[in-house]
Amino acid sequence: MSVIPRRRRAAGAAALAAGLLLAVAACGGGGSGTTAKGGDTKAGTGTGGKVTLTFWDWDPNIDKVVAKWNAGHPGIQVKLSNPAGGDQLVAKMITAHEAKNGPDIAKVEYQSLPALVSKGVVADITDYTKDTVTKYDQATLKSTVFQGKVYGIPQDVAPLMLFYRADLFAKYGLTVPKTWDDFAATAKALRAKAPSAYLTNFDAADPGWFTGLAQQAGANWWSTSGDSWKVDIADAPTKKVAGYWQQLVDGGSIAKNPSFSPQWNKQMNDGTLLTWISGAWAPAQLGGIAPATKGKWKVAQLPAWTAGDPTTGIWGGSATTVTSDSPHPEEAAEFASWLNTDDAAVTEQVKQINVYPAATAGRSLPVLQAAPAFFPNQPDFYAEVKKVAPSARSFPMWGPDVTVTFTGYTDGFAKALQSGGSFTAALDSMQSATLADMKKLGFTVG
Amino acid sequence: MARPTPTARRTSAFPYLLVLPAVLLFAAFVVAPGGYALLLSFQRRKVNGGLLGGGTHTVFAGLANYRDVLGDSELWSGVVRMLLLGAITVPATVLLALLFAVLLDIEGTRLRRVTRLTIFLPYAVPGVIASLMWGFLYLPATSPIGGDRVDFFGQVAVYFSVGNVAVWGAVGFNMIVIYTALRALPAELYESARLDGASEWQIIRRIKVPMVMPAVVMCTLFTVLAALQVFNEPNTLKPLSNAVSSTWVPLMKIYDDAFGNSDIYSAAATSVVLTAAALLVSFGTARLIQSRVQQEAA
Repeated sequence: MSVIPRRRRAAGAAALAAGLLLAVAACGGGGSGTTAKGGDTKAGTGTGGKVTLTFWDWDPNIDKVVAKWNAGHPGIQVKLSNPAGGDQLVAKMITAHEAKNGPDIAKVEYQSLPALVSKGVVADITDYTKDTVTKYDQATLKSTVFQGKVYGIPQDVAPLMLFYRADLFAKYGLTVPKTWDDFAATAKALRAKAPSAYLTNFDAADPGWFTGLAQQAGANWWSTSGDSWKVDIADAPTKKVAGYWQQLVDGGSIAKNPSFSPQWNKQMNDGTLLTWISGAWAPAQLGGIAPATKGKWKVAQLPAWTAGDPTTGIWGGSATTVTSDSPHPEEAAEFASWLNTDDAAVTEQVKQINVYPAATAGRSLPVLQAAPAFFPNQPDFYAEVKKVAPSARSFPMWGPDVTVTFTGYTDGFAKALQSGGSFTAALDSMQSATLADMKKLGFTVG
Repeated sequence: MARPTPTARRTSAFPYLLVLPAVLLFAAFVVAPGGYALLLSFQRRKVNGGLLGGGTHTVFAGLANYRDVLGDSELWSGVVRMLLLGAITVPATVLLALLFAVLLDIEGTRLRRVTRLTIFLPYAVPGVIASLMWGFLYLPATSPIGGDRVDFFGQVAVYFSVGNVAVWGAVGFNMIVIYTALRALPAELYESARLDGASEWQIIRRIKVPMVMPAVVMCTLFTVLAALQVFNEPNTLKPLSNAVSSTWVPLMKIYDDAFGNSDIYSAAATSVVLTAAALLVSFGTARLIQSRVQQEAA
């Protein structure tokens, strides 16, 4: 169904898999049924033989980029498959690793990478990427290089930005908010002018945007010193963000239904919702979410806590990784490097997938002077992204059990919205669940 | 329950051959995974050390997983929600199925075939599809049934909304079971009842319903088991609102532990606990029914 975007967490299809009480738990080690591994991987170890690599990626149109590689590299053929997206692909990678039939290469979102490294799913490719890493700045590499070891090649960066309906802002006589105080005032003003419209919705289903807002405010949910972790999800900046949104929700200034649902798609399409706080990848998604609004959106900097501060957070962004099961890590790393640093490959990615490239040179490619297909009205789209990209901050590091934290977000905030509970209590339960899980797994927590 | 007689002992291997496929399938798809889950439930994953763990190994955990599972208040809240949901779906499914079956059986009912098919049809719709469809009907922005005025995902309403999907899907099947039992009753019974001056209502109350009780009991047992395994409906409705959490019913918690948090070991322990409870409930129900039947026979 085209109404379900790739980021949606609980896909209905997954539900089909689990019917029997025991079967649910017992099939974990049994493989996910996706054993599309090239038959000749073992045979082709020599330099003369042909190598076939399997690649798991959920980007729409990525097949066109892979076809480019295959045409130019008859000796290393890449076979693409799309078993799932986002967090679900992570779950599939873990089960496939247990069954030893994982792919050679996989797309992994930054927040999931430490977890996959800790489970031994993703391989250390430092030796094969000495040249590649010089093509990135240090801030970008922080997401894929841990303790000096390279675990993935960054694909895109996704600073958090404010997407707004330029046509409706003009119609209601609103100005684009520059600070969060402006944003709150605008939300209120809009309710008075158009009682059926909302400036935005508080999404409890997908934690990505809230995490980005916490990063903007200066939160450090995870940090490390030596071999020990510090977990601080309910820190002061995060509480400030939670308190701000609690006020908007309690005052009825914004909607509180989840994003990425049929309800939300309709609201985005019919002008009930005027903004979307989202990652730079939004244009590629909006076409599916709100097809009737082409050319009506614009992007602006995320509102700031103090006027003029360009700091923002991130939502998503991915790396191309090589798995520890791959018999051809060198060839796999070569493909991952090509995919994300070769000018032709990156140009194709921008065109096909609307990524904002992670590689330094990629950010100056001529293709970025054209607007994304869904934003024909904003030719300076990528110039806007480029302006804020250097001031997008993430946590010092993503924790090794982010899924637990994110489940805590979804359940805690949904409950608060449903029954009028406090957002701060939701943060506290996220903190305690994350801490308990890390201790249970045996991480050193300081 | 017949005792083996001397002649029975002499039988060939043929009967064993006949049950072999069923036994093999049962062993491969129930006993083996069940045993594996039991094994997993006594294990736990630990990281090897260092900041990122450097890979993991499994350790013997004894009863630690069970202690955690039984001490987890979310599981118990899930059990309560499951029971609340069951308190709606079980009586609603069985009573509606009985009502429809009896109405269809009344002499002179018109459009019998079409009606029967119409009531049965939802059973052919997979649970996930049914839930998505009902989801669209419930959501304010897309609802044609007043979702903009009634909050179908309210704190209490959500139980009825989820339950409704389950009942809608299950009534047809149960109706067919009871209806078939009704059709199997000898027509002479009704004739003699009518001769004795019984009204249609009295025939239903005094003859039809008591005589199809075994079928109703069987339907109840099936529906109870389905209620214990509720998963598809709430899990599919979850992303549509803030009302359903990831641990809303026990099976959703197992699913989330296993595939969301990749903690297959806790999921296995919860599965074992739940399976034991489900077996206890079904054995208990079966025994209760058996003793009732024996009492009535005596």
